[in-house]
Amino acid sequence: MSSISVTGLTKRWGSVTALHGIDFEARAGELVILLGPSGCGKSTTLRIIAGLEEATSGRIRFGDRDVTALPAAQRGIAMVFQSYALYPHLSVRENIVFGLKVRRLPAAQRESRLERAAEILGIGKLLDRRPAELSGGQKQRVALGRAIVAQTPICLMDEPLSNLDAQLRQDMRTEIRALQRRLGMTMLYVTHDQTEAMTMADQVILMRDGRIEQKGRPADLYMRPATGFVARFVGTPPMNLLALEGAALTALESAVPVLGLPPLPRGGHLGVRPESLRLADAGLPALVATVEYLGADSIVLCEVGGQRVAVRVDGATDLAPGNAVRLAWRTEDTHLFGPDGTRLAPERVEVAA
Amino acid sequence: MIGTRSRHWVEGWLLVLPALVLLVAFTHWPVIASLIDSLNSTPRRGAAPNFVGLENYQRLVADPVFAKVMWNNAVFAFGTIPTSVVLALLMAVWVNSAIRGRAALRLAYFTPTILPMIAAANIWLFFYTPDYGLLDQITGLFGFGRTNWLGNPDTVLWCIVVMTVWKEAGFFMIFYLAALQAIPPDLTEAASLDGTSRWYFFRRVTLPLIMPTTLFVLVNAVINSFKLVDHIVVMTKGGPDNASSLILYYIYETAFSFWDTAYASALTMVLLVVLALLALVQFGVLERRIHYR
Ligand SMILES: Nc1ncnc2c1ncn2[C@@H]1O[C@H](COP(=O)(O)OP(=O)(O)O)[C@@H](O)[C@H]1O
Ligand SMILES: [Mg+2]
Repeated sequence: MSSISVTGLTKRWGSVTALHGIDFEARAGELVILLGPSGCGKSTTLRIIAGLEEATSGRIRFGDRDVTALPAAQRGIAMVFQSYALYPHLSVRENIVFGLKVRRLPAAQRESRLERAAEILGIGKLLDRRPAELSGGQKQRVALGRAIVAQTPICLMDEPLSNLDAQLRQDMRTEIRALQRRLGMTMLYVTHDQTEAMTMADQVILMRDGRIEQKGRPADLYMRPATGFVARFVGTPPMNLLALEGAALTALESAVPVLGLPPLPRGGHLGVRPESLRLADAGLPALVATVEYLGADSIVLCEVGGQRVAVRVDGATDLAPGNAVRLAWRTEDTHLFGPDGTRLAPERVEVAA
Repeated sequence: MIGTRSRHWVEGWLLVLPALVLLVAFTHWPVIASLIDSLNSTPRRGAAPNFVGLENYQRLVADPVFAKVMWNNAVFAFGTIPTSVVLALLMAVWVNSAIRGRAALRLAYFTPTILPMIAAANIWLFFYTPDYGLLDQITGLFGFGRTNWLGNPDTVLWCIVVMTVWKEAGFFMIFYLAALQAIPPDLTEAASLDGTSRWYFFRRVTLPLIMPTTLFVLVNAVINSFKLVDHIVVMTKGGPDNASSLILYYIYETAFSFWDTAYASALTMVLLVVLALLALVQFGVLERRIHYR
């Protein structure tokens, strides 16, 4: 097992700066997820850690080994690519042991590692097929197999599930997580899908435009988003962020006594999750705009002073567009963000007091 | 129901008609006409051709010039094909790597292909000229005397070989370059994480993946080696003493210098059969070892 520590990582391509100083730590045996919208620098970070790309500045350590200057092959990592990167002309068996052959592992050991990986992944029957004869999910398993037989303490994955359909993706999430625990790997996992991050990660590192927006346990990001961006990125449907200006501000201020809200920062945002909102007799006045029925629950889209607010209600609802409703939520479910988008910390303290 | 189906049938044939007409007019009919001609005598002084059976083919077996040009062609093929294919691959690998000025390099390698054949042949004619030629001037610096490269039966065919390699390698490089660029960079990266050496990767991944291109290039190279005629017309006219005459040039001479069309037809049929056999062997042998996606 090996920890990963990244300090002051930057990356520039000519005038493009992809990373502006990334710092984080993955403890040994942890599954850390790099999360963020497309183009925020997740892959770049991962590729620099893998040694496929050179950092402009910064240090990378695995355990107490500084690997910043080491070539990829000497870093002792396995990587699963988004495209799976299987050799199309080789059978599954040959694909999986390719790296072991390169490393001149004795044939008997190659065979036993292959057998074990095939058993773990349930691909024993596919060993003689070519990648072209496999489904997406099977290719994914073969790619995982290649990472397993390498028996490296660190495994990197770049959007490994993004080419699979929704059902399979859900199954593979659980499977990869179980695999990571069972083999005790330190895993760094890149995704743009917040569900994957929330369900799998020990630690989530949320990135935006080459910077870390927030890092912490999934629950930390959900319960105490550091910025409005985090608040909207984590959780589905995303948190409602009401700009504290105009008619919405007036409406909110009128509801302050009823809801027991803390002082509202003008020009900032008030955030409240759809699942924290409920329809009540007293509270923030709103107009129903549309209703989305999802089965177990419905999302009622309302308007407050010209701004959209999503409300999650259990099961079906007989609300119709145009209905006037009142919205209420618990004081501690209020999130306040200043005009610069960062969370206003004192609000918590005040509520607790 | 039947009405629609028959209309589809007609439409189908109408769609292939243009291609079919061209194919029949310029490929199938000439082959059949040549076959018929080769079984008849050459019409001379208004005398109609008469059926002579395999006479033209018997003459061919005994013809020392035919034996000579076939031998020349074999030497030419073995001299040009492996060298130009290997060279093409090496250049493609080099030009494909991230080096400075690779656009200019690619163009430089491709230039021989876009030059008109006649112009290229004239440039090489100058290289090989005794005394003034580039080659003689360079060897002269090292104290060698005058060499008549194209006038000597021992060197003339090799002069053509060198020029052909120069011309073909750049052409084939383009195909290899396209094939190399179609290999996903992920594969290289995955291999580099395992510490795969460049040579091992080239042998175990790159080469197998570009096998379809190699087959294509080989088939083309073989066909080209039997099709070469224009350089010989410009540079040597097959001489001296047929030392640089190849099969197609011999056919051309027989048909349009000696006007012996029947014998030329027989030669043509032999050429066709040889090419067909070579193509069959190549597809048969190589295809089994080729991975097609
Ligand atoms: N080879 C490159 N040259 C120039 N810019 C690049 C290169 N690779 C990535 N970038 C830029 O760096 C930024 C981050 O890219 P990437 O790490 O791939 O994002 P993500 O994986 O989060 O979608 C993007 O703006 C992208 O355009
Ligand atoms: Mg990416």
